[in-house]
Amino acid sequence: MTGLGAGSGPGPQAGRWPETGAGPLQEGVGAVPRGAGALKPGAGIAADAGALERYFEETIARDRRIEPRDWMPDAYRKTMIRQIAQHAHSEIIGMQPEGNWVTRAPSLRRKAILLAKVQDEAGHGLYLYSAAETLGADRADLTDRLITGRQKYSSIFNYPTLTFADVGVIGWLVDGAAICNQVPLCRSSYGPYARAMIRICKEESFHQRQGYELLMTMMRGTSAQREMVQDATNRWWWPSLMMFGPPDEQSPNTEQSMRWRIKRHTNDDLRQRFVDMTVPQAEALGVTLPDPELRWNAERDHYDFGEIDWSEFKRVIGGNGPCNAQRIAARRAAHEGGAWVREAAAAHAAKVAARAEAAA
Amino acid sequence: MGFDTAYEAISEESDSGHRWAFGTGFTDPLAGVDTAVPAGIDGADLAAYCLMLGDDALILSHRLQQWLARAPELEEETALANIALDLLGQARLLLTRAGRADGSDRTEDDYAFDRTEREFRNVRMAEVTDVDFAGLIARLLVFSTWRLALLGRLRESADPVLAAVAAQGVNELTYHRDYAAGWTIRLGDGTDYSRQRMQAGLAAVAPLAAELFVPSAVEQRLAGVAVNPEDLRPEWDAVLAQVLAAAGLDWPEAGWPEAAGGSGGSSPRGGTVGKAGRDGVHTEAMGYLLAELQSVARALPEATW
Repeated sequence: MTGLGAGSGPGPQAGRWPETGAGPLQEGVGAVPRGAGALKPGAGIAADAGALERYFEETIARDRRIEPRDWMPDAYRKTMIRQIAQHAHSEIIGMQPEGNWVTRAPSLRRKAILLAKVQDEAGHGLYLYSAAETLGADRADLTDRLITGRQKYSSIFNYPTLTFADVGVIGWLVDGAAICNQVPLCRSSYGPYARAMIRICKEESFHQRQGYELLMTMMRGTSAQREMVQDATNRWWWPSLMMFGPPDEQSPNTEQSMRWRIKRHTNDDLRQRFVDMTVPQAEALGVTLPDPELRWNAERDHYDFGEIDWSEFKRVIGGNGPCNAQRIAARRAAHEGGAWVREAAAAHAAKVAARAEAAA
Repeated sequence: MGFDTAYEAISEESDSGHRWAFGTGFTDPLAGVDTAVPAGIDGADLAAYCLMLGDDALILSHRLQQWLARAPELEEETALANIALDLLGQARLLLTRAGRADGSDRTEDDYAFDRTEREFRNVRMAEVTDVDFAGLIARLLVFSTWRLALLGRLRESADPVLAAVAAQGVNELTYHRDYAAGWTIRLGDGTDYSRQRMQAGLAAVAPLAAELFVPSAVEQRLAGVAVNPEDLRPEWDAVLAQVLAAAGLDWPEAGWPEAAGGSGGSSPRGGTVGKAGRDGVHTEAMGYLLAELQSVARALPEATW
């Protein structure tokens, strides 16, 4: 079992079963203090798997956080590792489509904004890999899973960025959709993930506003610029709606994830929320969203919108989108091309340690 | 905290991005700064000097931007982006200062996107391509050591704007030099292969080092305002010697930089030998760099961004 059980530190071995005394029911680092009650930590229940599970369920039910050293069901641990890793991978792969325009940004201010944004994405990736490591995963193993295609990342990054307007539209639509998805995750039941999401969401909201502001500026510019914005909107709208995942009736994991409070809204709820939020923004911007069926439904108090082309979604998820191979190849080239640098750093660190020992 | 309040909490203007990253929140880098040229300083020379230092930062930042999503480790992604952002911020201040100093009111973007190759005044070390990560580190070590020595002295400039830009830049360059020195030592002391690569990286940048210490006519005329690059040699020599010794590396056999390669000025016989970046004579790599940097801006000259 690579990765999921191989880590050192507060990994599954440390978390799955109590050692003695305080055991698995101790307070996690930074956890909300547990309330008093029948399930208060005690030696008598330490070895009782049923009690551990009840305590876990109780913690979730009380809307409290699960922390790295707490007992948790294997399936919860695996689900969390997968979700956090896929999120981390998305941040790292997401650097490519936007990084594509940094060197060509047509003003130095836009260049600084875009560079800072891509840097944030690398930082988010680091955070999230660290959060996954609190569950016993290992960053190098997760990276290997990414570049061998065994773990996914958000499909949105398998579309190409064709003009500088894409930078603005990604900020507006893609980051906007990401915020809708991620704000509820600030209350995810897994503490390290929830805390990482708070900072990430704040930075995402800068990105979204910067993207929208770029589009506003472009729409006030030349007709060629307005055409670029409309073209980019046409290309990114439907893929943005797909970011919320399959419809609820085809989302088998949703129910369990909601029960564990890893997830707090269904895919369709979040998608509707995003559409409702975005339509007025498109109007303010002066672009048309490419959906003839999009209209206000006073009865539902929501916008109706057309059917998503789920065959495209499946094709892109399945590895056959416009840029899947390119994105993975670039990530693999950076990782493998950098192996000698990481080996050198490790060799140097070992030499320093050996010299210190020899001198002692 | 419900869905709505959570969304509002991160959307509030009060929590907005003015402290997000330097340079993202303003359009005029010198807004509110007194940019009058002090009495006794020639505005055209001052502008030319600002372009030299600004172009060094702009062009090396561009090369660092090309490493995005290609670095050997995520920590290096954030560090290199950070250095690129610092240099871009310095470039924006200096190019804006140039437009105020010569009275032309040209903006940072006018200078970055509308000049031809011969009008750029960066040292050639800023513009060359990197063979690999060791090449990048060798260049960063040589360049950052030099620029830190320069900005340290520029804090005493008779031009208060340059002095202020330098004071901020010293903090940034201190980090850049530390970063480069740390990796020089790791690669030099790491494996046999990394040592070879690091030594090759130094060999690639060594021929471009001499240019860093040759004073241009502008720098000579701006005594008291500009730093004479000849004065930077002792500090640069000492730092390089210390870092290379710790890394177990040698400065390439081509020798410690001598006078060759520098500001040949305007020889009536033309030619490129003896001239370098400060004279507007660049390497073949520069044309491609500018083609990339300027492509969108030049394709849509009437556009606003």
